[in-house]
Amino acid sequence: MKISFVLNGEATTVDAPSDMPLLWVLREKLELTGTKFGCGIAACGACTVHVNGVATRTCVLPASVIDGAEVKTIEGVASPSGEMSAVQAAWIEHQAPQCGYCQSGMVMAAEALLDENPDPTDEDIDNAITNICRCGTYERVRTAIHAAARARREG
Amino acid sequence: MSSETKPASGVAKIARRTFLVSAGVVGGGVALGLALSPNRLKMYRDDVASDDEIILNTWVKLTPDNQLTVIIPHSEMGQGVGTGLAQMLAEEMEADWETVSIEQAPASDDYINSDLGRGYIVGEGARIPAFAYPMLDFAFLQIAKGLVGQITGGSTAIRLTGYHGMRRAGAAAREMLTRAAAKEWNVPVNALRAEASMIHHDASGRSASFGTFAAAAASFTPNLKPELKSAKDYKIVGTPKPRLDIPEKVTGEAQFGMDVIVPGMKYAAIAQAPVYGAEAVSIADPTNAAPQIVNLGNAVVVVADSYWEASNALRRIEIEWDGGDPSLTSDALRALHSAHLEETDHEEVMDKAGDAPAKLASPDTLSVEYAVPYLAHATMEPMNCTASVRDGKCELWVGHQNPITARDDAAEALGVNKSDVTIHNVYLGGGFGRRARTDNVIQAARVASEIGVPVKLIWSREQDMSNDFYRPAIVSRMKGLVEDGKIAAMDHAYIFADAGMPDSERPYAFQYDVQNKRIARHPYESPIPVGAWRSVDFTQMGFFNESFMDEMAHRAGADPLAFRIAHKSDPRCRAVLERLADEARWGRPLTLGAAQGVAIVDSFEAIVGQVAELTIEDDNRVRLHRLTSVVDCGQVINPDSAEAQIHSSVIFALSAVFFGEITLENGQIVQQNFPDYDMVRLRNAPVQAVHFIKSDHPPGGLGEPGTPPVAPALTNAIYAATGKRIRELPLTRAGFSSV
Ligand code: FES
Ligand code: FES
Repeated sequence: MKISFVLNGEATTVDAPSDMPLLWVLREKLELTGTKFGCGIAACGACTVHVNGVATRTCVLPASVIDGAEVKTIEGVASPSGEMSAVQAAWIEHQAPQCGYCQSGMVMAAEALLDENPDPTDEDIDNAITNICRCGTYERVRTAIHAAARARREG
Repeated sequence: MSSETKPASGVAKIARRTFLVSAGVVGGGVALGLALSPNRLKMYRDDVASDDEIILNTWVKLTPDNQLTVIIPHSEMGQGVGTGLAQMLAEEMEADWETVSIEQAPASDDYINSDLGRGYIVGEGARIPAFAYPMLDFAFLQIAKGLVGQITGGSTAIRLTGYHGMRRAGAAAREMLTRAAAKEWNVPVNALRAEASMIHHDASGRSASFGTFAAAAASFTPNLKPELKSAKDYKIVGTPKPRLDIPEKVTGEAQFGMDVIVPGMKYAAIAQAPVYGAEAVSIADPTNAAPQIVNLGNAVVVVADSYWEASNALRRIEIEWDGGDPSLTSDALRALHSAHLEETDHEEVMDKAGDAPAKLASPDTLSVEYAVPYLAHATMEPMNCTASVRDGKCELWVGHQNPITARDDAAEALGVNKSDVTIHNVYLGGGFGRRARTDNVIQAARVASEIGVPVKLIWSREQDMSNDFYRPAIVSRMKGLVEDGKIAAMDHAYIFADAGMPDSERPYAFQYDVQNKRIARHPYESPIPVGAWRSVDFTQMGFFNESFMDEMAHRAGADPLAFRIAHKSDPRCRAVLERLADEARWGRPLTLGAAQGVAIVDSFEAIVGQVAELTIEDDNRVRLHRLTSVVDCGQVINPDSAEAQIHSSVIFALSAVFFGEITLENGQIVQQNFPDYDMVRLRNAPVQAVHFIKSDHPPGGLGEPGTPPVAPALTNAIYAATGKRIRELPLTRAGFSSV
């Protein structure tokens, strides 16, 4: 089916089976490979994007559902001129990524958390960020989220 | 490799030759190619006909506009290897860090085993990290055998390539540039000074960039033994330089194997034999919907225009498997393991001192059994590989820990020459030992060859988890006797499935001073594939030895940390424990009512001591508040990356302690995805404090040594909290869970 939606600010139409998960539409039909495949059952968070502003695991989200929706992926987080978001900047500042494979999902989950809650506590972070990182970057992810929250509030 | 060197008999003898130089224009700039090669290594070899030449190539590219590229012969899987190695090279070269970038070395023979061999050639002693074992080719194994006495410690990347290769390559490049400048300006070399990628002649006030002399420098022969800086003059090494690979890892631009796109490629999904050893004997496609099916024998692959379609079709087709042992279960295996422990016929005595059996005949002897399960690697990026096979040529795109072997194995599977296989090594979404194997690469190459178009093979998470080379399950029996507050004798017997770790690493060693000891292993063939898993045999041995040490301390009525110090004569280990007592506030936990546990393991030439601080909540849920690590890994190249490696090793180990267990039913792996092979997340990750001992020792390994002490530190703390001794992992087996 033809699916029309707004992708990273641009009107997009794609032809895909209606039940194909958004993850694969993004990665294979639209060649946006920043969103990762980790488990395929919504258990790890590697495939997280924003659908209408909500952090969503796309490996189980049928493409038909996003018709008319607004989708933001990791590729749309930095400004069109390439300026990184506060979250991305904090991620670099605190050297959060290791292998990096889970980090697109981490960044998208963190962006959504801060959109909703500008000053999260540790507990808020624990509850919101349930993504798996096999490299164990959690300590720095937490620090970076607090730093990004501060930067967004002040900036 | 050249075959100039003939196998020679006699004692290991090392002869050095000068660097070979190759200079050329690369990408519009001038490349300074420093090939530290060939180093002659003549040694005792009784059964080898092929040559034993070891080559190290460390490439420095320098453009006329003064941009420096360091070419990295190691794979980046999160450890920051490229940045660390570039720091070592740039330091000696006196380069301006702002001009440095890194590039992945091509998978060519020029880089084969170079780093590994190099440490031996320069005779400074070296050891190999676990993930590198599968990289050891035949020639290198011969060397390792011959020099077993020199094998003392280290990681390939920093310890070998960096310490022996990159530093010298940088210093040699600096010398060449300085000589070129001296010639050009007609001044003595020693009147020149290199600093921040510039060469200065202070007397005349002349200065010019490195780039100015790049072309001229390439005509000089590099010095094999250039003068190296003293550690106290380091400006780049030892500083927390931001990792060069990180920016593209926060924008989604970093390309992993999973992300490769080749024009015209198809997508493949795979079902591997659910029972080990089974073959697909018939395939039926009831809906006739599967676009293309390839039977690889022990696996069936469906190829389609998208991965989604391929995996749907794979689910619909009916495959009949035959063979293997469908009766295999974990319980049966466990019984087998225990039986192996009783069989002393094939036991191999690994270490022996005094007369442990006589001492241990005492009725006061403590005898306990420990057990750990099979573990999967579960790298975040499931296995995958993209292949194109056309006109007898094969191209492969994959993130691999061992691209040379991947290339060779693909060549063999396709029956083509190695030179007809090109491998593009991209970022690895985690390795931990798993990405040193080539099963996925061979599959992709065979499928691409069969269908005649490029194909990206993607394993589902379920395929990834149930087709691993697992950390071996081990049972162990430890006996010990305490007399006058000290361990008078100890005995350790354990079953042994070979995961590829050389004995020279001494993972079995009881790392304490005990006069009467006996350590023996009982080898057996695991019925499911096993392999290196972050820190390899040290994960099991660390748990056994450090739990047992705690049991002995309690028997002696001693403080577990003081008891350890009392049994350690190595000053570095003692210093780690003393610092740990301080940093972790041993005996004075930060958290009200918390219990503490301690463990220390020396592996890969790094000593890591850890204290776990926890409380037990309702329903035996463990809340791990803090985990403090004190590390002596010798010189620290990049303190920020070093800390990250410890963070990472700790979480990796914790996931295993809390949840990690691979089991078998009906000959099949039970665990399929994260819900049944769960992981620590932010919610249950402890606060970590990591402290490094300041040291001038050569750098040791760091990717693995943080892992082994975690499990025993945690279970020892649980004992302190509850009086319950955990001798079997994961914690769920003893009724504990994570908060
Ligand atoms: S891939 Fe979607 S949550 Fe894991
Ligand atoms: S950075 Fe490797 S999985 Fe998170």
